[in-house]
Amino acid sequence: MADVGLQHISKRFGQNLALDDVSFEIKDGEFFVLLGPTGAGKTTTLRIIAGLERQDQGVVTIDDEPADHLPPAERDVAFVFQQYSLYPTMTVYDNLAFPLRSPLRRIPEAEIKQRVEETAEKLRISHLLQRKTAHLSGGEMQRVSIGRAIVRHPRIFLMDEPLSNLDAKLREALRIELSHLQKTQGSTTLFVTHDQTEALTMADRIAVLDQGRIVQIGSPYDIYDRPATTFVAQMVGSPKINLLPAARENGNLHITDSPITLPADASVELPAALVVGVRPEDVVIEDSGQFSGQVMLIEPLGMETVIYLKSGGQTLVSTTPGITRLRIGNEARFSIARQRIHYFGSDGVRI
Amino acid sequence: MIRTKVRDASDKQPAISRYRSRHVLSDAALKRLFLWPTLALLISINIFPLFYSLYLSFTTYSAIANQPPVWVGLQNYRDILNDSQLWIYFRNTGRFVLLTVSLQTIIGFGLALLLREKFRASGVITTLILIPMMLSPVVVGLFWKLIFDPSYGIFNYLLGYPAGRGPEWLASKELALWAVVIVDVWMWSPFVMLLCLAGLSAIPDYLYEAAEIDRASSLYQFWRITLPQVAPLLLIAVLFRTIEAFKTFDLVMGLTGGGPGDATELVAVNLYRLAFLGQWNTGKASALAYIVLVIIIAVSNIYIKYLNRIKEG
Repeated sequence: MADVGLQHISKRFGQNLALDDVSFEIKDGEFFVLLGPTGAGKTTTLRIIAGLERQDQGVVTIDDEPADHLPPAERDVAFVFQQYSLYPTMTVYDNLAFPLRSPLRRIPEAEIKQRVEETAEKLRISHLLQRKTAHLSGGEMQRVSIGRAIVRHPRIFLMDEPLSNLDAKLREALRIELSHLQKTQGSTTLFVTHDQTEALTMADRIAVLDQGRIVQIGSPYDIYDRPATTFVAQMVGSPKINLLPAARENGNLHITDSPITLPADASVELPAALVVGVRPEDVVIEDSGQFSGQVMLIEPLGMETVIYLKSGGQTLVSTTPGITRLRIGNEARFSIARQRIHYFGSDGVRI
Repeated sequence: MIRTKVRDASDKQPAISRYRSRHVLSDAALKRLFLWPTLALLISINIFPLFYSLYLSFTTYSAIANQPPVWVGLQNYRDILNDSQLWIYFRNTGRFVLLTVSLQTIIGFGLALLLREKFRASGVITTLILIPMMLSPVVVGLFWKLIFDPSYGIFNYLLGYPAGRGPEWLASKELALWAVVIVDVWMWSPFVMLLCLAGLSAIPDYLYEAAEIDRASSLYQFWRITLPQVAPLLLIAVLFRTIEAFKTFDLVMGLTGGGPGDATELVAVNLYRLAFLGQWNTGKASALAYIVLVIIIAVSNIYIKYLNRIKEG
């Protein structure tokens, strides 16, 4: 296992700037997640580290040594593709053995057999070894392709949205397995996803990418509790954070188009116009609540209920534990957890 | 089906009810309308001749003699299988099929591998390469006759022979079959290429990327990814070409007419001679045609078995 570093990586595809001065460091044994919407440059970053794509500027280091001149084969990385990328004419066994059978490695067949069986055991696919990959289900296929990555003890695992082609139940199961596997093996992993749940649940650290730029790097707690921009704030958390435009006046914050008024936090210097961010769980529905709103929509999720409240021209999303007694059209009283409010400038940057 | 649907809808929405009075073709009627003309054609020009010629192959009969067929049992088949001359034609055909199909496979697949990379004008070049396939075989035969001409043909010139001193491709017993093979390869390699290109372009890039990361050498990638992935389409191309090569007739007629001697007399050419040219021996020709049919079906079956095995993966 190894450290991987990216320094000032830029990449253009024609006129399109895919990556703009991207730098980060993945520490040995770390589960690092690149989170971003489609087209943010996540996959490009991964492919540059693997050597499948060449950056225009910047340096990729593996184990503190520049790796830019190395072809993919010599970087000793493993890549798990979104489309499984199994060799369709071979059995599961041959697929797992494929990277070991490379003429560049010269591993004796007995050792290959042992390592393949070990890996299959770990991923619980031993019973599939003699099957052709074309007859596998999606979950089984992705297990095999993860197996093909771990069978050869690479320096780093690069995973390109490996769970996004699976159905929700399977995704959850494989997510847990993958987390467990990574922790027990202590393998350095760079995991790309657009799914904030995957990022928050699996990562040691998360880097959020937007339009080829890194917006924030931090632990899942940092990202969730101290989002650097409104973009990050909206990217993580489900349901989405409430972002409300506000104006500061005489030590109070007036939410635009709404009767809600909050006392301005004295410890930070707030501009005259700003955006207030409130997580749904911080919009607390209680009879003693300071504000009132009309219930527009109720989404019971079992464990919690999502309630949409209309206050003036603004709609706030609130989550409340368990089942609610409220009905659509009711007036509900709520309060806002003041110490957990996020302030952003009108440019979207955290204050 | 359609009727019930319309009725259901009209129950709910009276506005649609006027459609009900209009005459609507039922699904069954529509099926019959499409089916019967096709069936009639098939029966009259495929199935009837098939069985009629099977009957004729057991008779002595000439299509131009004003006499009814005379039943002779297996006599035609016995004659053909005992005819040492015909065995020469079969051997010619076998050699021809083997040479032309294997060369077409190698060249066609090679061209496909080259043209798979997109480069400037690769589309135009692909189209140009496909042109021979679109020409009529008789025309091809006639103009290759000019190309092969020993005194002014361009073929020997390109091989570096001074005018008039090169080999006589079409008049030499050793070279004539090769000449036909060369023209057939020129004409039909593009067909193999086309199918291979389709197969190659269906291989996703990420398989190669995965293989590259897995440290597979390019030769290894070719054997373990490219070839197995193209195999089904390549095999279909080979199957088509084998069947066609067995039946090659027009190209030979245009080039050599079966000569010199028996050098390029393929079974299909001889079949034509037997059936029409001078002899008009319809009964015996039918028997020979059936023998060729059986051989082609047998060979095809071997391919198809193999193809299915590949497909099942």
